[in-house]
Amino acid sequence: MPEGVLEVDRISKRYGEVVALRDMSFDVRAGELFGFVGSNGAGKTTAMRIALGVLAADSGEVRWNGRTVDLDTRRRIGYMPEERGLYPRMKVLDQLVYLAELHGMGTNEAHTSAENWIARLGLRDRRADEVQRLSLGNQQRVQLAAALVHEPDVLVLDEPFSGLDPVAVDVMSQVLREKASSGVPVVFSSHQLDLVERLCDRVGIVSAGAMVASGTVDELRSGGTPRLVVESPTTDWAATLGGVRVIEKNGTRCVLELADGVDDQAVLHAALAAGPVHEFSRQRPSLTELFRNVVTTESRSA
Amino acid sequence: MTSARAVSLVAKREFVAKVRTRSFLIGTAVIIAVLAGYVVLQSVLFDDQQRSVVGLSGQATQLADPLKEKAGAFGIELETRDVTTAGDAEQQVRDGSLDALVTGAPPALKMIVKDSGDQMLTTALNDVLRQQVLIAQLAESGTTPQEVAQSLAGVSVDVTALEPVDPQRGQRLAIGLIVAALLYYSLLVYGTMVAQGVVEEKSSRVVEILLATLRPWQLLLGKVIGLGAVGLLQLVVISTVGLGLSSAFDVVDVSTLGGAALLTGVLWYLLGFFLYATVFAAAASLVSRQEELQSVLTPISMTIIVAFVAGINLMIGSPSGTTVTVLSLLPPFAPILMPGRMALGVAPAWQVLLAVVLALLAIAAITWLGGKVYANAVLRTGARVKLREALRL
Ligand SMILES: Nc1ncnc2c1ncn2[C@@H]1O[C@H](COP(=O)(O)OP(=O)(O)OP(=O)(O)O)[C@@H](O)[C@H]1O
Ligand SMILES: [Mg+2]
Repeated sequence: MPEGVLEVDRISKRYGEVVALRDMSFDVRAGELFGFVGSNGAGKTTAMRIALGVLAADSGEVRWNGRTVDLDTRRRIGYMPEERGLYPRMKVLDQLVYLAELHGMGTNEAHTSAENWIARLGLRDRRADEVQRLSLGNQQRVQLAAALVHEPDVLVLDEPFSGLDPVAVDVMSQVLREKASSGVPVVFSSHQLDLVERLCDRVGIVSAGAMVASGTVDELRSGGTPRLVVESPTTDWAATLGGVRVIEKNGTRCVLELADGVDDQAVLHAALAAGPVHEFSRQRPSLTELFRNVVTTESRSA
Repeated sequence: MTSARAVSLVAKREFVAKVRTRSFLIGTAVIIAVLAGYVVLQSVLFDDQQRSVVGLSGQATQLADPLKEKAGAFGIELETRDVTTAGDAEQQVRDGSLDALVTGAPPALKMIVKDSGDQMLTTALNDVLRQQVLIAQLAESGTTPQEVAQSLAGVSVDVTALEPVDPQRGQRLAIGLIVAALLYYSLLVYGTMVAQGVVEEKSSRVVEILLATLRPWQLLLGKVIGLGAVGLLQLVVISTVGLGLSSAFDVVDVSTLGGAALLTGVLWYLLGFFLYATVFAAAASLVSRQEELQSVLTPISMTIIVAFVAGINLMIGSPSGTTVTVLSLLPPFAPILMPGRMALGVAPAWQVLLAVVLALLAIAAITWLGGKVYANAVLRTGARVKLREALRL
């Protein structure tokens, strides 16, 4: 039986004619930060809402530790919905205590935990204010506290970074990392790909309701056709090599794409034979480029 | 976590959040002020009744002076009129311009009143009459004191009520109307409050977090219980203060009428609230913004308003008429009409029981149906959800 694993197994969902999810599968393991990326309307929010049971899937299931998620296990999930939701006229502290209790904590424990997260997220002076009097960013911090206050076993956060200032982004990143290293699987969606790249252990790219690529950032970046960046006075030699294509040329710098099975050492030799080589490196696509690739190929084939 | 704990947590939040608001405190204070005003007005009207106009006819006119004197001793300000020649003296009693009409010759005096004779006035008249008889008999010598006493014991005025009624009718009617009005107010205000709460959760999207840890019915039931308890608290506070004031001002016989009315009021409030609150909540779950709320609530509010306005008018007219009787048995109207009729004392036990059973059945059906609509619609934001869709899912 898998321990501490959240598995999403071939879930599908349609809204009338619109197919929001098509057999989407992925899993998030204990201690892992999983980044969920995809263009607008790809189905990220739909998948998360299904995992939380606020939306019913047409087929497929979500499992926690090998068992189908039910209300009792769901109570152990911390959730931050895409459209933030708190009682506007309830005070910050009362709100967090209430949510902690609803998730099964005793009253004392709930108070301690609420105070703790309020302090942790820099909300101490606002603890007795009504939520509607807080700035949007601070409301977001309360929302994060609401997801964390019952010390959940799993975290599912829909775009937790949107609308945060850089300091809050750092606080949020740190909290998520810390949660993950304490053994909690953390999934979050985001459109800030540099942040996802920096923070996540694994990334899943969603397109048109299906998971089209997933793996560690390194795995994803090293996948696909290898590219080399070479800087040397002439680049005519490249054309003479079989299986090498010049895809970009900028003065004395060029980017080469190698066909399957072409040895990069052979390329280096050929370059040195033609003249001095000032730079020779493997080009790894950034997550943004990968994302663009994946999304455009998908939409072309769709 | 058990369902009971989940429901009680929700209920507690609703209760505390509402009881702390200014609108609750102000609303309660205003109602108490209105009620106090009514009680004071009633007691002033009662004082007014201490003035009486009595018509005397024929030989009875001789009694004018002793009667005035006697009545004065009882604290009644009495005005006498000689109506010997007036042919419509009885009619004057009927329309209220005379409080009583005294005819005949002592010792066979007759007093005619409209509905109920004033106790004081009757006593005063009796005393005067006995005095007259005593004087007359003593004047004829040769009678023993025993005979005098005997004759005295045998005389009293013969009161004929033209339209006899329950002496407490006025009080009963007042209580019945107040109970119906309070229930009308509570159902409308607290039902609307439940609806607003549902929409607030929907429009602020907090419902999405809540339903990740609660079942829809737990949230719905908690809300209904919490707000229902606020309404009950208000009802009890208002009634207790009202009864206290009434007994202080001597307006109502608190021990019998008031206590019973309070109990029936509470019973019917609970039945009515559970019936209507779920309907309010289900209707509210169809919309996502407070501005859209009015349109879905109107049909429900109208039912309550019609029950109240039509019911009150019928009840004052003929509380045992067929229309009122039938309406007061039907669940949508029973919570307002039945307690009113019970306070009036015109509802037989079997009717009350039947109305309660029907209300309970309706609550079961409505809770099931309303719960289903609520569960299907509460997470669907954006456009107004069609009732048919919410029921079909
Ligand atoms: N209530 C709804 N009714 C109809 N279609 C819906 C509904 N909710 C979502 N969809 C559709 O489902 C698809 C997936 O939407 P979803 O919100 O999951 O996307 P997302 O990946 O979260 O996008 P974003 O990055 O913009 O948040 C979209 O095509 C959307 O139009
Ligand atoms: Mg989304």
